[in-house]
Amino acid sequence: MTPLRTLCRTLMLALACVLTAGLAAAPARAEIEVNVNRADVQPLPIALPAFGGGQVGADIASVIGANLQRSGLFRPLDPASFVEKNLNAAVQPRFADWKQINAQALVNGMVTVEGGRLKVDFRLWDVFSEQQLLGLQFTSSPENWRRVAHKISDAVYERLTGEKGYFDTRVVFVAESGGKGSKTKRLAIMDQDGANPSYLTNGSSIIMTPRFSSNSQEITYMELRPEGSSIYLLNLETARRESLGDFKGMVFAPRFSPDGAKVAFSVERGGNSDIFVMDLRSRTSSRLTADPSIDTSASFSPDGGRIVFNSDRSGSPQLYVMGADGSNPRRITFAAGRYTTPVWSPTGEFIAFTKQTGGEFHIGVMKADGTDERLLTSGNMDEGPAWAPNGRVLLFSRETGGGGSKLWSVDVTGRILQPMPYPGAGSDPAWSPLLN
Amino acid sequence: MVPSFTTRSALRLALIATAAVSMAACATKKPSYPTATVAPQTQPEPPRQPDRGVTQQTSPMNQSPTPGTERDFVVNVGDRVYFDFDSYTVRSDATALLDAQAAWLKRYPSVQVRIEGNCDEKGTREYNIALGARRANAVRDYLAAHGVESGRITTVSYGKEKPVDTGAGDEADQHNRNGHTAIVGGARMN
Repeated sequence: MTPLRTLCRTLMLALACVLTAGLAAAPARAEIEVNVNRADVQPLPIALPAFGGGQVGADIASVIGANLQRSGLFRPLDPASFVEKNLNAAVQPRFADWKQINAQALVNGMVTVEGGRLKVDFRLWDVFSEQQLLGLQFTSSPENWRRVAHKISDAVYERLTGEKGYFDTRVVFVAESGGKGSKTKRLAIMDQDGANPSYLTNGSSIIMTPRFSSNSQEITYMELRPEGSSIYLLNLETARRESLGDFKGMVFAPRFSPDGAKVAFSVERGGNSDIFVMDLRSRTSSRLTADPSIDTSASFSPDGGRIVFNSDRSGSPQLYVMGADGSNPRRITFAAGRYTTPVWSPTGEFIAFTKQTGGEFHIGVMKADGTDERLLTSGNMDEGPAWAPNGRVLLFSRETGGGGSKLWSVDVTGRILQPMPYPGAGSDPAWSPLLN
Repeated sequence: MVPSFTTRSALRLALIATAAVSMAACATKKPSYPTATVAPQTQPEPPRQPDRGVTQQTSPMNQSPTPGTERDFVVNVGDRVYFDFDSYTVRSDATALLDAQAAWLKRYPSVQVRIEGNCDEKGTREYNIALGARRANAVRDYLAAHGVESGRITTVSYGKEKPVDTGAGDEADQHNRNGHTAIVGGARMN
């Protein structure tokens, strides 16, 4: 098989791209498409010349390129190889120049500032079919240029993969500093590409397990003090913070329901942990499990109807699914190993989890009924998966021998495993929904 | 291997922990944001901040602790018992120490304690909060069953958030699977 035909097949360009290239006639529906489901997919070569309009134009193209590259589905081409220079966003590119360097897609754009507003026009081109796939304009305040770059990244990703992007998002996490045994663990937030990190707590108490609402800029997290623990709700837009309430015993493992109206959490009484759910409007809580085992780490299905959780009622930690009212708990993991921190995917199809087996920790995914388990990572200490809002990528904490905990990501095929572009020590990442 | 808590071994463990902390401080790369500086120490550590919940203290060799003080409890009784992996059953080798804790607490009835449950790293954070709570309650129940009023005892789980042994491996894991009886009030000051 020739390289071109292999590329066409894996990228699902189908026969159309060969025909287009061969006949030089634009067919009605020739389109490049990236198949996100294939583990053996070759990243799509994409050209991202600096946008016109000075340094900010170059910076925007650079942020888009870094986003697309990290997704593992795209391969931004080296600008030094570009034949056509100084593109005019208002004029069709010289496609032959881009075909020559085998760019499958091309993004060009122009930045202008009018009346104190940043205006960014960009176009996405299918090089081999010589078609414009997107032409959009974003305006914002000039200091928000990175968000414009993330929105363009999302638009390109969605147009070429058919799925929503996840670039105009933020990640809340626990920023760690200090030596093991006396670590400061602060609540922190940053853009999904590691930019703009900032702390949300001062480090006077240990923060654990922050989680985003899937439909608002609200997070819930646990604070651990010698006197006990609290669960807080924090609205990032208003900076309003409130406690979930006072409970006898430890409270931990909070997670929002998909509509953001409820929080499931664990309450420990006399050493026994059970799962509760609180209606945030009425502030009434009800108990969902009443077993003498450890029941924790509840996570709702995206339709809100079911909850996956962690219990050691069988003698070791395993995963169970029950109705959102606590009905019909059913074990879904039976393989050897210890299963913890289940998280239902935003699409409903998968459950991600942490598994311990053979002296190693793994991040894995399985179908929601517990079948088709796939381990995506292996490490000394990998834990706490968190889904990107489109269900394609997982963040998790990785601690290697001797080093502190770092934030890593892996895509759902397990092919694209990489550290997050954040230099500090961190753990317990959680992804925001797409920003508005 | 079962750690026994004679005075000497308690001191030795404390000194090893001190050395490990110092070495970790030297080896750790500088964080990218400001933190409190930890100077390497060759002397025994001074008593730690009470709010850190870890009361691992050393005393000068030539001076025995005053009865009824926190140091008396730590050095002459022992403030930590150990658990098996993923277990909260009080081990048979821990009962003598817990009996001594109960006797000491009955002798000094104004003392209030907090039982802190701790876990090794071989578990995830949320699960370990639950497991640590079981351990803390197992110690609380034992002390209460042996005559310490339960109103004098509170419990907390630190999960794996506050390892007492900062090393890695089976020995560190064993040290970190513990129930720590921390005096939070009512003891003689010195």
